Amino acid sequence: MSNETNRRDFIGYSFAAVAAVGGAAALVGMKQAWDPLPSVLAGGFTTVDLSTIKAGEPETFVWRGKPVFVLKKTSDMDQSKRDLIVGSDRFIIAIGLCTHLGCIPAWKKDVWKCACHGGEYNASAKNIFGPPPRPLDVPPFKLEGTKVVLGESSPEYKKIAAFVATEA
Amino acid sequence: MAKFEKANSVGEWLDQRLNLTAFNKVMMTEYWIPKDINFLWAMGVLLATTFGILIISGIFLMMYYKPDIHLAFDSVNYTIMQEVKFGWLFRHMHAVAASVVFLIIYIHMFTGIYYGSYKQGREMIWISGMLLFMTFSAAGFSGYMLPWGQMSYWAAMVITNLFGGIPFIGDALVVWIRGDFNVADATLTRFFMLHVFLLPVVIMGIIALHFYTLRVPHVNNQDSEELDFDAEAEKYLSGNKKESKVIPFWPVFISKDLAVMGIFFIFYFYLVFFHYDFAMDPVNFDPADNMVTPTHIYPEWYFLWSYEVLRGSIFNVGSLKAGDIGLMAFGFANVIFLLLPFLDRDPKILPAHKRPKFFIWFWILMIDLIALTALGKLPPQGIFTYLGFVAMVSFILLFLSLPLITKSDAKKRGDV
Repeated sequence: MSNETNRRDFIGYSFAAVAAVGGAAALVGMKQAWDPLPSVLAGGFTTVDLSTIKAGEPETFVWRGKPVFVLKKTSDMDQSKRDLIVGSDRFIIAIGLCTHLGCIPAWKKDVWKCACHGGEYNASAKNIFGPPPRPLDVPPFKLEGTKVVLGESSPEYKKIAAFVATEA
Repeated sequence: MAKFEKANSVGEWLDQRLNLTAFNKVMMTEYWIPKDINFLWAMGVLLATTFGILIISGIFLMMYYKPDIHLAFDSVNYTIMQEVKFGWLFRHMHAVAASVVFLIIYIHMFTGIYYGSYKQGREMIWISGMLLFMTFSAAGFSGYMLPWGQMSYWAAMVITNLFGGIPFIGDALVVWIRGDFNVADATLTRFFMLHVFLLPVVIMGIIALHFYTLRVPHVNNQDSEELDFDAEAEKYLSGNKKESKVIPFWPVFISKDLAVMGIFFIFYFYLVFFHYDFAMDPVNFDPADNMVTPTHIYPEWYFLWSYEVLRGSIFNVGSLKAGDIGLMAFGFANVIFLLLPFLDRDPKILPAHKRPKFFIWFWILMIDLIALTALGKLPPQGIFTYLGFVAMVSFILLFLSLPLITKSDAKKRGDV
């Protein structure tokens, strides 16, 4: 009798082990099935020519389906460690989605204002009013002369991103 | 195998194999319902019917709907609305039912709260019901996204962004849920799958569970009287129908449900034919545009209260940011109803009008939810921001104070 039980127990445990491995493998597969596709990942680069941007008038570019604000600061705008300095010009590059719930803020004179819940960001993309918990996010970028490639990381990007992280 | 006699009719043949007579007794003719319940108890059958309408109209919509960001908007607004015969009717029936189903769910829920139907012995009915509310909310949201209009797009944007508030994995989780860096084709297709397959199947499963949970402790009644269902059923079956406090669900009780359903259908089809627009936001007749946010976004009326809880916090507390507090409050609002049976410390089941403090609590909660709903629709400016904050804090305090309030009622009665 006990012999019989042990044998059945062994079969039971063996099955549990096989099922656990198979179940874990299936979960990994299912998780990856929902990851962004390679074509989505590959399409994630946008080049912006900084030399065409007028001071004080931010422009919006599309990167990974998201708006990216590029602002060339005028001399009377406040300077920030977040600025990307190219020659004598200072630029702000930020993902144009409110860090509260993702609406697109609009440029009103000298601040970005979000119509959805009233969040405001100054010319350095810092949240100065309303519910946003942190400044506008920095998209990864790489500086190539006067051109910026969005989607690639670089030391300049890392420096700015590290500063923004401390500010949040 | 059991011995099978030759059957004399199709019914008998089926009965031998499926035991239909016994099944029918359990589910219908000997499913005992207390006599003392009012029209508010008809909401369950109304919900089952409305869910049926949603499934059938949904099947017809699915035959022409295209889950592709380039085709979705036109497949709804041109093909279904203009070309398909009665396509407009199926769309309006589906949209109005999706909205009305929440109205009935709320009535169903607050009837349960008022009469204490979530208490001792009926916790599983309440919990499975709240799970149904959550899956209905998920189904409502995933379906709202499908016409791919501006409101659809930005609703999806905001709701998927909520997951970004989860510590550490938030940002990666948002990308994973969307299948892209923003709300895109992958998002639409997987939400289509959730809306037309996975969530309806889960809902059907939980409905079965919800019905089953009801069969063990039985339905509550207006006076929360504890009935001996077996003894009362015995009386009924022996012909003593007048003295028995219970009646069978079929064919006796269902007649009351059907009367309520008749009134409901008049209301529902009035909306479908004359006021279908209340379930359709004009902003959603602009195709989705990921580069332009509408100036004022808000959810459908049935999510407004929890939306206002989400955005009601306007102050940072210590190192906690206002936005994070809002997210936590939102999480609180969405699980706290589930815990209601354990927050209510009154050992007796009684309707609210027999529990003086709970009665006041109940109506303040109703007023607060209505206030949150109204404020959720208004733009967050000026005085509304502060009123929203007050309503949100009141909501949280109401639930935190519930154990004390219910205990105090019981003490006064001398039950603790």
